[in-house]
Amino acid sequence: MYKNIGEILIMFWQTVRALPLMWHHRKKVVQQFFEIGNTSLLMVCILSMFIGGVIALQTGPVLVERGLSYVLGGMIGLSMCKEFAPVMMAILMAGRVGSAMSAEIGSMRVYQEIDALKTMNISPINYLVLPRMVAITVALPALVLFSVPVGWLGGALVSAYNQRISVGFSSFFSDLQQVVELKDVINGLIKSVVFAVVIGLISCHQGLSTSGGPRGIGRSVTKAVVNSIVMIIILDYFVTGVLLIFEK
Amino acid sequence: MSDHPKNSTKSAENISVKVTDLHKSFNHHEVLKGVSFEVKPGEVFVIMGPSGSGKSVLLRHIIGLETPDAGKISIQGQSIEDPAVLGQYRLAMVFQSAALLKSLTVGENVGLYLTEHESKPPAEIDRIVTQTLETVGLKGLADRSPSELSGGMQKRVAIARALVVEPQLVLFDEPTSELDPLMSVTIGEEIRKLNQRTHATTIVVTHDRDLAFGLANRMAMIADGQILFIGTPDEVKRNTDPQIQKFINAELNSKPKAKP
Repeated sequence: MYKNIGEILIMFWQTVRALPLMWHHRKKVVQQFFEIGNTSLLMVCILSMFIGGVIALQTGPVLVERGLSYVLGGMIGLSMCKEFAPVMMAILMAGRVGSAMSAEIGSMRVYQEIDALKTMNISPINYLVLPRMVAITVALPALVLFSVPVGWLGGALVSAYNQRISVGFSSFFSDLQQVVELKDVINGLIKSVVFAVVIGLISCHQGLSTSGGPRGIGRSVTKAVVNSIVMIIILDYFVTGVLLIFEK
Repeated sequence: MSDHPKNSTKSAENISVKVTDLHKSFNHHEVLKGVSFEVKPGEVFVIMGPSGSGKSVLLRHIIGLETPDAGKISIQGQSIEDPAVLGQYRLAMVFQSAALLKSLTVGENVGLYLTEHESKPPAEIDRIVTQTLETVGLKGLADRSPSELSGGMQKRVAIARALVVEPQLVLFDEPTSELDPLMSVTIGEEIRKLNQRTHATTIVVTHDRDLAFGLANRMAMIADGQILFIGTPDEVKRNTDPQIQKFINAELNSKPKAKP
């Protein structure tokens, strides 16, 4: 485990050092970015709509019973942008994009394509890791920005049309507007950047350390997804803690 | 972009390779047991031996893909322990599996080195790629995906990729494995042409006797991780070591006899 952490940290440092080369790899970054967007946008839409809806469904009746229906919009608004959107989108990214990254790089490792790059004096970090890291670090916050209003809409729809809640759109969004500030959205975006870096690093590292033929690729993909999700949940706690310090 | 070796003052020289007392183990199994040899600048040096004798591992050490447990590899007298040394020279390797990047087209594979290391305009790179593909008999296939090509064609693309580098040292790992006899002859011809054109120091690892004796200026016989003999093809044929004779004769016997 310590060896993996060390290797991931070294890879992170190598990627940061390679950032000035990003212009040279811009085509690959754009290609990766659109690939991530295309494969995830519909899922993000569906997921966010239902997350917003289910928060409303779970909390709405309780709040209405206690005469607190006026806080529903603000509560869903805050929980979507500070917690649910960044965490759920990151988990979705780990499953869809992280797995694809580790499978693609793992397959290149198994079939000696990475060795071929090395013999041509082409660094796998610059050629493979850098474009993917940059693309996912831009794409995840962008998807979170898209996910937040969709989640709000899902929450508003359930709040308005569920008979046990019946909080109208205007009441829902006026409370949301009062409670949610720009810093809350930024809070979620900061989290998503951290999660994106973690998913990218873990997935690329797993891909680059693949061994043992096609079975090894499967193992790498599983490890990449599971480790990414575990790290997202653990880091979520600590990043939230740190962000709360700055909020005070 | 990485540092480009063409800018180095050492780039114009043909280079020598020296391997000294190389040892390597994987999972407590010793694959290389003190291998030593020297390859002179511009020569075709063939390493021949049975499967599992450590030939490919040896080749991977020479190009820096493996780190030895003990021993030393030098290029032009400089140890490759310093990673910068390998970066000073133009090296190329043709892998057993061709190792073409499947996400790229044939043309992009061939032009990859130029795209990553040189500031040539795309039109110039396209021209070089087209010309190089023509050289290896694959004219008009630049836009194809590697997966659409046969094994032999993929190997020729890999040779084209090596040609583009204008290598000072080129390594071939089992270039004729899994190919039919006719294609093996073609690949052997391509290697010979590449050596004549570039005068690059060439190291070929193979268990194909015909290819080895047809190509080599000198050759090394390797078995069980040890060099048995180094000499010219004629010297190897005349060698009386039973292991060498057994391998050469077994190879001969395994060749399908031509129908009358």
